[in-house]
This record gives sequence, C-alpha cells and structure tokens, in this order.
Amino acid sequence: METVVFALLNGLIYGLLLFMLSSGLTLIFSMMGVLNFAHASFYMLGAYFAFTLGQHTGFWFALFLAPICVGAAGACVERWGLRKVHARGHVAELLFTFGLAYVIEELVKIIWGKFAVAYEIPPELNFSLFKLFGSQYPAYRIFMLVVSIAMLAGLWYLLKRTRIGLIIQASLTHPNMVAHLGHNVPRIFMLVFAAGCALAGLAGVIGGNYLVTEPSMAFSIGPIVFVVVVVGGMGSLEGAFIASLLIGFLQTFAISIDSSFAEIFSFAGLSADGDVGRITIASLAPMLPFILLVLMLMLRPRGLMGEREF
Amino acid sequence: MSKGVVWKANLTALLLSASVISAEADGVKIGYIDPLSGPFGSTGDAGLKHFRYAANEINAAGGMGGMQVEVIGFDNKLNPKESLVQLQKAIDQGVRFVVQGNGSSAANALTDAIAKHNKRNPGEEVLFLNYAAVDPALTNKKCNYWHFRFDAHVDMKMAGLTDWLQNQKDIKTAYILAQDYSFGRAFTDAAKSMITEKRPDMKIVGAELHPIGRVKDFTPYVQKMMSAKADVVLTGNWGTDMTLLVKAANASGHQVPYLTFYGGGLGAPTAMGQSAVGLVKQITEFHENIEASDEQMARVDDFEEVNNLDYYYERVFTLMNMLDKAIDGVGSVDVPKIAATLEGMTYETPYGEVTMRADDHQLIQPLYISTFSEGVERDVENTGFGFETDIAIPAAATELPTTCKMRRPS
Repeated sequence: METVVFALLNGLIYGLLLFMLSSGLTLIFSMMGVLNFAHASFYMLGAYFAFTLGQHTGFWFALFLAPICVGAAGACVERWGLRKVHARGHVAELLFTFGLAYVIEELVKIIWGKFAVAYEIPPELNFSLFKLFGSQYPAYRIFMLVVSIAMLAGLWYLLKRTRIGLIIQASLTHPNMVAHLGHNVPRIFMLVFAAGCALAGLAGVIGGNYLVTEPSMAFSIGPIVFVVVVVGGMGSLEGAFIASLLIGFLQTFAISIDSSFAEIFSFAGLSADGDVGRITIASLAPMLPFILLVLMLMLRPRGLMGEREF
Repeated sequence: MSKGVVWKANLTALLLSASVISAEADGVKIGYIDPLSGPFGSTGDAGLKHFRYAANEINAAGGMGGMQVEVIGFDNKLNPKESLVQLQKAIDQGVRFVVQGNGSSAANALTDAIAKHNKRNPGEEVLFLNYAAVDPALTNKKCNYWHFRFDAHVDMKMAGLTDWLQNQKDIKTAYILAQDYSFGRAFTDAAKSMITEKRPDMKIVGAELHPIGRVKDFTPYVQKMMSAKADVVLTGNWGTDMTLLVKAANASGHQVPYLTFYGGGLGAPTAMGQSAVGLVKQITEFHENIEASDEQMARVDDFEEVNNLDYYYERVFTLMNMLDKAIDGVGSVDVPKIAATLEGMTYETPYGEVTMRADDHQLIQPLYISTFSEGVERDVENTGFGFETDIAIPAAATELPTTCKMRRPS
C-alpha cells in the first residue's frame, strides 16, 4: 500500500516536470514541424539562470525572472537563427537545433564550470510537510506539484479560452489564412517559441535544485522528453500530458518492483542464476521509456493522441 | 626530389627529434586518467588536486631522483573505452606512470591494456598505480605485475564493516545498495557473503544495483528501504551517487545507520547535515580527526587553504611518496626496476607503517571506521560536523589471502 502511494506521488511530480518540458516542445513541433533538439538545453539554462539570479535576488524572484530570461533567449534564437534557417527546410532546422544544443552545453561549461553547481532548495521550503507511513514528505515536492498544476491550468486557459490562444491555434494549422486576416504570423511563431522555452526554463528552475544542476543535465533528460512527445503524439498537448504522467508512473513504479525475470518467467524454466533470469524489473527502470517509444512507433506510429503520422 | 618534399621531410625529422627529446628530458610524467567532466567530474578533479599538491611538495624537496614531477590530467569520462584512448594519448606524451582510481571498470580496462603494451614495447614499460579502484579482482584473479593498488579493496573494507556489524545484535535486517558495474557487483557479493557468514541470524531484505551516475532522485530507492524495514543500509556509492542518496535519505527522514565506503567523499557531508549525525559511517585510511603529528596537520591545513577543498586522499600522498622512494633508489625512470623496488616496499605514513605486498601488489595499511559526528575537533566541508573514529584496524588485521599468481617478467 505505502509503496503504491509513494510511487504515485513521486511519479506524479516527475511526470508533471516532464510535461512542463514536453508541452513547450510539442507546441514548437506543431508550429515548425521539426523537433527542437535544443529544447532540453533551455531547461538547463533555466536552472543555471535561477542559480545565478538567486544569489542576488533570492529564489522567489528568480522563479519568475529566470523563465523570462530563458524565454527572451528563445525569442532571440527564433528571430535571428531559426527564422533564417527555416527557408532552407526541415533538415537545416533540425541540424541547427542539434548544433545549438552543443553550443549551449559548451557555453554553460565555460561560464559555470564543468561540475554541478550548488543550486539549493530555498530554506523556506526545506522542511518536511507531513509524515506518511513513517517517512517524511518534503515540502518542496508539494511546491513543485503546485507550480506544475498552476502552469498547466494557465496554459490550458491561455490556449482554449483567450483570443490570443485562438490565433495561436489557428496559425499552427492554417498559417496562411491567419496571415491573410492581418496577423503577424512570424511574430506569433516567435512568441510561441519563446513561451515554449520559458516553460522549459521554469521546469529548470524548479527541477534544477530538486535534481542536480550540471552541464550534462540537458542531455540526460532530453531523450526522455522526446519519448514523451512521440508517445503522446506529435503536436498534441493532451497526448504529451498523458504520456508524461505515464512515463513518470512507469519509472517510479518499476523501481519499487523487485521481482526478477526468473520469478516472472519461472513457468518457462528460467533460472535465477542465468544472465537473463538475474535481471530485475527495478534495474530496467531507466530503459522503460525507450521500450515504450519503440513499441509505440511499431504499433501506433502517430502516438496516443497525435494526428500526424511520422 | 622536389623542394616541397625535402622541406616536409626536414620538418618531420625535426618534429620527431623534438618529441624524443621532450620524452627523455623533462623528468617524471604522471598521467592522471580519471573523469574530469560529467557527473563525476568534481570527484576526479578533487583527486587531481591531491596529486598536484603532492607533486609540488616532492618537487620542492628536490623531485623524484632529482627529476621534477609533472601530473597531467586526462579526462576518461568514467568510460573504459575512453580510458584506453586517453592512455594512448598519455603514452604518446611520454607518460610512464599512470594513476587512476575512479571506476573499477576503467581500471580493469587499463590494467589489461598496460600489460599488453608492456609486453609489446620492452624498454618503454608503463606502470599503473591505482589509488582508488577497489574491485578485488585487480589484485586477485586479474592481478598483473605492472599494477599496484594503494587503496584497500572491497573485501578488505567489507570485512571491517561486517566485523562492526557482528557486535550490533539489535540490527536484524540489512539493505544493500550499489552502483551497477564491476565495483558495485563486487560490493554486493562481498556484503552478502560476509553478512551471511558473520551474522547468520541477520536477514538481507534487499540488494539493489542502480545505474551509475544516472539516478537523479534516490527517493524511490530510500522509500523502498523504508518499506523493507531495513535496520542498516550498506552502500558502495561514491561521488554524486553518494551525495544524492544521502540527500534523499535526509529528505525522507530515513534514520538508520548507513555503512559506507565513501560517506566522507566530496559533497556528501554537505548533503548529510544534522540528521545524519551518528548514523553515517565510513571505512577509510584517513579522516581528519585521527591523531597525527603537527607536521601532518600543517600539511592538511595548507592543502585545504591552497585548494579550497577538503583533504581526503591520504593514499595519494602514500602513492606519490612510495614512488618517490622507489625512483630515488633506482636513480632513473627505469620502470621495470622501479616496479621491482615497489614490490614489498614498506613506508612510514603519518598514520602508521604500510607495506606493498609483493604477492599481489596490494597495499596493506591501517583502516579506520568512523562516524559522522557533532562537536569534533576538525570538521568537514565547513559543516561543523566531522568524522570520529570508532575502531582503528591495524594494518595486519586488514590483510586477506590472495588468489593472485603473479607472473614476473624474466
């Protein structure tokens, strides 16, 4: 019972963090038709900006300032980088974002050093909120949960209930029509790109001190974010949401399962001493998202909620 | 022959002679092959700082056999394949002494490659001085004449920890957590067999291997230990894996003893704080509150001031000083002679006499079990907490038999 409750809570928080990252990525994908390889790098920038800003302004200001700075960086990348490359087609865009991811990583290494920085949870939130089955539950995790849900609600309201959301949705599917109606479509694209990056930045601000802030953080989370977007269906926010939670739960649950292949497949005569029988479900946890990715592409290439085929 | 070709040939000859001269003339080059970037970069960097400090100390006292010592860092990214690339790079730069410690998987690759290199290049032998890779196989099944280990291996340290467990009758269940690679597996095997042997009444409620350097949040693991009702946790984790584990244990309020190899390693004490007091134990050859001469304490203070880093690897100084002693004796960089001198060498460290056992090239040194405590004389990482000795194990008591059949070059 307690295992289930903890796995649910931790999986939910990890899943929401993944959604914060993948929502921006999937929006940018619907807009440009290209996966932004540098997306996780904006997540990393968010964490580093919050670390540096936090030293001067404290965590709470950094919580707002850092995503804005990341969004501004994203806007610059779109305005002076991607927009020029866009004319040369998807492959050029893909290569551009791919290169950008490396450039950002190297820049981070030059500015902040090769090692993890001491980006810590703010002392106001560094206490345990409640006790559950004899184990303390840190307040910061609940704070992450609150921030993620607030962001989720805000994003949903913006896209579904406001005029600007209407125009964004329209320009994702019918850019020419929207342009004919007198809207500046390139500027909308820039805004969406910036907003997507800012969301990734926000994920970095609250995820950087919960996990670790280091130059390899972008490359360690990047592949999982792609899995979320593909499994959820390219360009689908709802799909990304479901896939994020699915992967969050899958990974945390897997860690808590101790059975090995030998126990599960004992009917097939698998022995516990063999190389295969020794493998436990828990040790497979880091691999599970990628197994899901492969299966999804084989069985349902457009993902859970996607409309486009790959 | 055209003019261009002559010019190129001359240039090549010039470059060749220049590289030969540089390899001969600038003294003792030590190649430090360890992670200098990535998740374990800060751990590797701390080791490099210890080596550089020791080298400066030796240089100030006249160098090794009159030659100046230089320590060159090579980043292996904790990857066995990359270690071999860096080894080749080091050899090309004239390095004859390779030091490495982080990651037994990298050490296993290096020991094989160096044995092969030495066989194929007589007269250009390379010596492998291992300061921290503790997979027992390196001085047992896989022992190799060119490899010398200056850290106590897994079985030796585990014997110390399980001896302590033997007297803790109220501890009834144990949980083992280690990283999923050669060292972690050796750790788990040693823990299982020694607990079963010394405490047959004790139950191992869980043994887990997790991917090395990839877990960013250990909370699910800690919660698993808590629901398994473990009375004690044994872990071989080091570097960020240790820091993040104690961070998660701290946040979840997991109040049981943690028996570790690397609880005092870089970053971990900062993450532990008040709630780990009296609970986290480590077995090491050094911590700052072991009684030592004023001279040694002055060195520790100076090291910490110069590097803004805690003094941690006493064995790095042991390694460098024993190498110094061997080269002083031989008088030149004659690697086979130096290896022969190191075999069986005894050396007086600030913490007692150590011996490089000739049978398997394993250093036999005193070990200490210590606990993270409050109100100690010298703290770690400016936390106000430090380690206090529970048990001092004399060098002879740490000795274990070896299965090594050393093949010496004829």
